[in-house]
Amino acid sequence: MKTNLNMKKRLESRESVLIGLILLFMAVMTITMPRFIHPSNLANILKDSSILIIVSLGQFLVILTGGIDLSVGSNIAFSGMAASLINQNNPELSPWIILVIGMAIGLGLGMINGSLVAFGKVPAIIATLGTMSVFRGFTFVISKGQWVTAHEMTDPFMNLPHGNFLGVPNLIWFAIFVVAAFFYFMRYTRSGREIYSIGGNKSAAVLVGVSEKKVQFLIFSISGLVSGMAGVLWAARYAAAVNEMATGFELQTVAACVLGGVSVAGGSGSVAGVLLGALFMGLLNNSMTMIRNMAFFQMLLQGLIVISAMTFNVVMERRQDKMLLNRRLA
Amino acid sequence: MKKILSILLVLSLITVAVFANGGSDKAAADDGQYKMVLLVKSLGNGFFEACDDGAQQAVAELGNMEVVYMGPSQSTAEGQIEIIETLIAQKVDAIAISANDRDALIPVTKKAMAAGIKVISWDSGINIGGRIIDLAPSNAEFIGRQQYQLIAELTGNKGQIGILSATSQATNQNEWIKWMYEEAKKPEYADMEIVEVVYGDDASDKSYREAVGLFSKYPDLAGIISPTTIGVLAGAKAIEDEGLQGKVQLTGLGLPSEMQHYIEDGTCVQMALWNPVDLGYTATYICEALITGKITGAEGEMIPAGRMGEIPVGADGSAVMGAPFVFNKSNVAKFAAIF
Repeated sequence: MKTNLNMKKRLESRESVLIGLILLFMAVMTITMPRFIHPSNLANILKDSSILIIVSLGQFLVILTGGIDLSVGSNIAFSGMAASLINQNNPELSPWIILVIGMAIGLGLGMINGSLVAFGKVPAIIATLGTMSVFRGFTFVISKGQWVTAHEMTDPFMNLPHGNFLGVPNLIWFAIFVVAAFFYFMRYTRSGREIYSIGGNKSAAVLVGVSEKKVQFLIFSISGLVSGMAGVLWAARYAAAVNEMATGFELQTVAACVLGGVSVAGGSGSVAGVLLGALFMGLLNNSMTMIRNMAFFQMLLQGLIVISAMTFNVVMERRQDKMLLNRRLA
Repeated sequence: MKKILSILLVLSLITVAVFANGGSDKAAADDGQYKMVLLVKSLGNGFFEACDDGAQQAVAELGNMEVVYMGPSQSTAEGQIEIIETLIAQKVDAIAISANDRDALIPVTKKAMAAGIKVISWDSGINIGGRIIDLAPSNAEFIGRQQYQLIAELTGNKGQIGILSATSQATNQNEWIKWMYEEAKKPEYADMEIVEVVYGDDASDKSYREAVGLFSKYPDLAGIISPTTIGVLAGAKAIEDEGLQGKVQLTGLGLPSEMQHYIEDGTCVQMALWNPVDLGYTATYICEALITGKITGAEGEMIPAGRMGEIPVGADGSAVMGAPFVFNKSNVAKFAAIF
C-alpha cells in the first residue's frame, strides 16, 4: 500500500516537472519573441502536436511492454495514401466513412505487426523494422508512385482536420478524444492494467494468468489503429498524400514517449506524461521556425534541448528516489 | 543410386545454367538494343515519372535503345551508389543520373566509366570528372532570376520575400537561390528584399511549419518563393489555411498536376518548371549519341536531340536544354493532364 502511494507520487511529480519545463520554455520564448504567445500561434502549436499526440499514445503502449513500433510512419503513409485514393475515386463518400476505412486499414497493418510479434515470436524491433519497409513499399505500389493533391481531394475530406467545432479545430478535437479514450483504457479497463503488468513484471503477470500473446497482439493493433487515423488526418491536413510522408516520424513518437517519462525498459509511464512529451516536441518544432535565421542551428538546438530536458527529468527523478529512500530509512 | 542421382542433378543444373547464360547473351547481340538506365533521385516523384515518359518517347523514335527507370526509395546518395554498383555488374551501356549528391557519386561513376559505361548527369548534376556530360534543364542563372521576376510581378516590385527551400545542402536549390539574390540587386527591385531562406527538407509537415513560421516572423511578408515541388505545395496549403490569399503571394517550381488547385484558386498565380518530358527525352538522345560514337562529349560538339534540335556541348561537358516554362491559370489544366 505504501509503495503504491509512493509510486503514484513519483509519477505525478514526473509530470509536474514536465509541465514546469514546458512553462519555462514558453516563458523564455515569449520574452524573446512576444508573438510566440499569440493565440493563433498557440493554436498552431496544438494543431501541429495533435497528430504526434495521437500516434505517440499508440507507441506508448508498445514501449510499455518493452517493445517498439518502428512502422508507425509507414503505416501513416499507407493509410493516408489509401484514404486519399478512396476519396479521389469516390468523391461522394463521406469523409467520416473514409476515416473509419483508414483506421481499419491501419488496424489491419497493426495486426500484422501484432501477429509477427505475438505468434511469430519475432522481436518487436525486427518485425516492425521489416514492416516499416513493406508498408512504405506498398504505399508506392497503390499510388503507382503518384501523389494525390488538393484538386483531387474533396472539400469535406480536407475539412476533416481543418474544420471547427465550438471554435476549436477538429484536429485538436481528435487528439482530445484519443487522449480521453487512452486515459480511460489504461486506468479503468482490465486490458489496460494487463499491459502495465506485462511490462512491469512479465513472469509475475503470466503467472497470475495474463496472456502475453494477447497483450502483444492488442498493443500493436491499437498502435496500428491510431496510426491509420493519423494517416487520414495527415493527408487531409496537408491536402497532399505524398509517398514519403511521415518518414522518420516513428522517432519523434519514441522521443515524445521517452520525454514523457515512459521507461524504454517497459512497465512505467502514463498517458498524461506522453501527452506532455508530445506537446513539448510540438512546442520545440514550432519555436524553431519562429526564430529568424535559425535554419542551420535548428537540428543542433533541437537535439540539445531534448537531451537537456531528458537529463533534467532523470536528475529530478533520482533526487526524488533518494528522498523517498531516506524517508523510508529514517 | 543416390550418387548417380545427385551427379545427374548437378549436370542438369550446369546445362541449364550454360544454356540460360548463352541464351541471354544471344538475345542482347541479336536485337542490338542498347540498355540505358534512367537513375532518378527517388521513386514515387511525379516529376521523374514524367522524365521517364520523355525517355520512352525518345526510345520509340530512336529504335535502338531500351530505357529502364530506376531510383532508390529515399533520396540518398548511398541508395544511388548501391544501384550503380549493380548496374556496373550488369554491364549496361549507359546511365543517366539525377544525383542526390554532387560529389559522393564520383568514385562509383568513375568506376562505371572505366567499365565502359557512358555516364551522364541531368537535372541535378555530378561534378566534373564524375560524368561525361551534364545536362542542365535550364541554367541556374535563368531559373533563379526568373523566380525572382515572377514574384516581383506578383507583389508589384515591393515588399519582403521569404524563400522556402528543400534541404540546406540541396545542390539545385542553393544555386538558384544564389541567382535570386543576384537578381534582387537590380535597381527596379529597390523596394524588395529577401528576408530569409528557410528549409522544409522536402517534407510536407516541415515545409508547412516553416511557411507558417515565415508568416509569423514577418507579419508584412509579401511573397514566398519555393523552388521545390513539395515546398510550393505545402506553402500554398499554409497560405490557404491562414487565410492569406492575396496578401502573401507565392511562386516557385512545381508540377502543374499537383498545383492545379492552387493556381486555379489564385493562391499561386504563376510558377515555373522546365518540361520534364523534354528532359528525359534529351537525356536519352545524349546517351544514344555517346554509345554510338556520334559524339564524345568534347567542347563544341553538337548533340542531335530529335525535336529539341541540336544542343551544343559547353566547357567541361556542360549542356543546357532550354528555359523554364511559366504555368498560370490559362495553361495549367492542359499541362496537368501530362505531368
